[in-house]
Amino acid sequence: MVTTDQSPAKPKTRPMFQLRNMLRRDIGPTLLVTVLGLVVMLIFLMPLGYMVATAFKPETQLSAQNAPLWPAKPVTYSYQGQDLPLYNVPLSDGMKQLAMVKGFREDANFIDPAHPEKGVFDWIGRYRTLDPVYQFAPTLDNFTTAWDDVNFPLLFRNTLFIAIVSTIGTLISCIMVAYGFARFRIPGKNILFIVLISTIVLPPQATIIPLYILFSKIGWTGTWLPLIVPAFFANAYDVFLLRQYFMSIPKELDEAAVMDGANPLTTLIWVIIPQAIPAITAVTLFHFFFTWNDYFTPLVYLVGKDDLAPLSVGIAKFVGTYSTHPTRAMATAVLTMIVPAVMFFFAQRQFMQGVVTTGVDK
Amino acid sequence: MAVNDSVVTRAASKVSRGNGARQRVRWGIFFLTPWFIGFLAFQLLPIVFTFFLSFTDYNATKEFTPDNFKLIGLSNYAKLFSDPDLLNSLGVTLKFALIAVPLGLAVPLLFALLVNSKHLFAPNIFRTLYYLPTVIPIVAGVMVFQGVLNPQSGWIDLALKLIGVDGPRWLQDPNWAIPALNILSVWAVGNAMLIYLGALQGVPTEIYEASVLDGAGSVRRFFAITIPMISPVIFYTVTLGVINSFQFFVAALLIGGRNGDPQGSTMFYNLHFYREAFVFNDLGYASVLALILFVIVMILTTLMFRFLQGRVFYASSDF
Repeated sequence: MVTTDQSPAKPKTRPMFQLRNMLRRDIGPTLLVTVLGLVVMLIFLMPLGYMVATAFKPETQLSAQNAPLWPAKPVTYSYQGQDLPLYNVPLSDGMKQLAMVKGFREDANFIDPAHPEKGVFDWIGRYRTLDPVYQFAPTLDNFTTAWDDVNFPLLFRNTLFIAIVSTIGTLISCIMVAYGFARFRIPGKNILFIVLISTIVLPPQATIIPLYILFSKIGWTGTWLPLIVPAFFANAYDVFLLRQYFMSIPKELDEAAVMDGANPLTTLIWVIIPQAIPAITAVTLFHFFFTWNDYFTPLVYLVGKDDLAPLSVGIAKFVGTYSTHPTRAMATAVLTMIVPAVMFFFAQRQFMQGVVTTGVDK
Repeated sequence: MAVNDSVVTRAASKVSRGNGARQRVRWGIFFLTPWFIGFLAFQLLPIVFTFFLSFTDYNATKEFTPDNFKLIGLSNYAKLFSDPDLLNSLGVTLKFALIAVPLGLAVPLLFALLVNSKHLFAPNIFRTLYYLPTVIPIVAGVMVFQGVLNPQSGWIDLALKLIGVDGPRWLQDPNWAIPALNILSVWAVGNAMLIYLGALQGVPTEIYEASVLDGAGSVRRFFAITIPMISPVIFYTVTLGVINSFQFFVAALLIGGRNGDPQGSTMFYNLHFYREAFVFNDLGYASVLALILFVIVMILTTLMFRFLQGRVFYASSDF
C-alpha cells in the first residue's frame, strides 16, 4: 500500500505513518460499516426470510388472527378428553397462559393448566382480543403438496439435462472463441471483436421470429434442440469475460509450451484452461443459472409439450393458481431456487474472483 | 540439454516465421469458427429475415411456404398508427424505465461501495449474500414477491402498517403494479454490483493516498476521484439498464398475464410484441415491432458510445 520509494528524508513520511496507524485502530468505523451492511442485508434479503418462513407454515396459520410471523401452531391443553386452546390472559397477578373451556361475548371460562385442580373459573373480558399461545412448529406439508402438484421430479430431470448440455456447449465454444480473440493475430480482429461485443445488446426479439420459423421448418420445435444447439456457437458475454481473463495470463507461459512442442490447441488445454479456472467457473455458473432461469425460449419452442418443459415453464402455471396459496407457492419457490443457490454457495469464491478480476466492464 | 533444445527450436522458428505466422492465422480463424457460424446463423441472417418478414402478411398458423404469404409493402408499418396497444405499451415501458434506470445505477453502486469498504468485516460473506437474489430464477422471484407484496399477509404492507401507513395493493393496483415490478427487478443487482466492485478495485490506491495527504474528505474523494475513475462503468450499466428496461417483460407476463393486468398497466412493449407474435401469430406485424426495438437499442448504444468517447474519463485505453 504505502510506497517507500523516493528520497529517504521527507516530511511526507510522517503523515503516512499516522494514516497507517489510523487504519490499524479502526474498530469504530468497522463496527459502523458492518452494522450498516447488516441492516441493508436484512432489508434486502427480507423476501427470502418471508419465503422460508411461509414455506414451513401450516396453511391455516395465514388466515389466523394474531399468528406469529414464524411457522407455528396454536398450543392446546388436553382437559377431560378435549384439546383446549391456550391464551395469554392478563390477570391481576400478571400475564398467564390459560386454557379456554368455553368462550362467550363478554367473558370466558378458563382453566389454569398449571393448577387444573383449582377447576374452571370465569374471566371477564373479550377472549377474541387475547393472544393465542403459539409454539414453533414447521411443517413439510407444503413441500410434499407442491412436489406432487408441480411434478418436480420430471421438471428437475428436464432442466438439469438442458442446463448441463448447453453449459458444456457454451464452455467449449466460448473458450475456443475467447482464446482466438486473446492470442491470435487475425486480419480484421478488432472489427470482429467490436461486432461481437455489440451483439451483447442485440435484443433476442429481433431474431426470434425467423429462428422460430427456421426451427419449425426443420422440425426442431417441440424438442430441446432449439434450447441446446445455439449454446454450442458461443455468446458474446461469456466470450468477453473469458477473453479478458485469458489476456491477463502471461504470454511467456504459451511460449514456453510452444518451445516444448505444443500446438495452439494443446497450449489452450494444458496452459490456458488450468490458469483460467476462476473465469471458467464464472462462465459455467452464469450459463447454468441463465438456463435454469430462462423462461422465454422454452415457452416459445415447447408449446404444448408439457412433458419436456423445464422448471421455469412448468412452475409458471402455478404462479396464478398458487397466488392464493402462499404457503405452497413459497415451498415451490424454495424448491426452484435450491439448486442454483447451493451451486453458487459452493463456487462463490472462484466465481467472485473470476468476475471481479476480469472486470466485465472495459 | 534444455538450453540447446530451445536454441535449436528458436532458430528453426526463425527460418519458418512467415509460414508459422500464416499457420497462426489459420489456427486463430479455426478458434473463432463457432462464433462465425453462430453469428451468421442465429443473429445476422435472422435480423435480415425479420426485415423481410416485416413486409409480408405471414401468419404463423400456416406453414412457411411461398404460397402462404404475400408481400404487402408498408401495410405493417402503417398499422403502427392504428395500433391501440402500442402507445400504452411504450408508456408502460417508459414509466418502468424512469424508475428502473436510476435504481439500477444507485443500488448496485452503493452495495459495491459497501462491500469494497476496508472497514467491512467479512466482506466475502456480504458479497455472496448481496449477490444471492441474482441467482434466483425469475419464476421463483415472482412467486416470492407475490407473497411479500400481498396486501394482507405480505411483510412489506405489515411493516408499513407498523409505522401507521396503509400499504398499497401493489400488484393488484394499476398505479402500483409498475413500482412493484421495479422493486422485484432491483433484487437482481448482483452482476452490476460485481462490475462496480471490479471497477472500484481498479482505482489505483495511490490516488486516494495522495488525496488524503491533500486533506480531501471521504465525500469529496468519492465525487472527485471515485466517480470520475469509474465513469466508464457507470456509463455501461446505465446503457444496459435502459436497454434491459426495453426488454423487460417476463415478470410482467407471469404476474399480469397476456393482457397486462391489472387493466393493461403492465402491458410492456415486449409483452405487446410477444402477444402479436406468439398469441395472435401475426408474424409480419410482430417483425415491425421487433425492428423498432432493434433500432431503439441501436440508437441508444450509439449515443452512449459517442458520449462515452467524449466525456468519460478513461484510466486505461486498451479497448
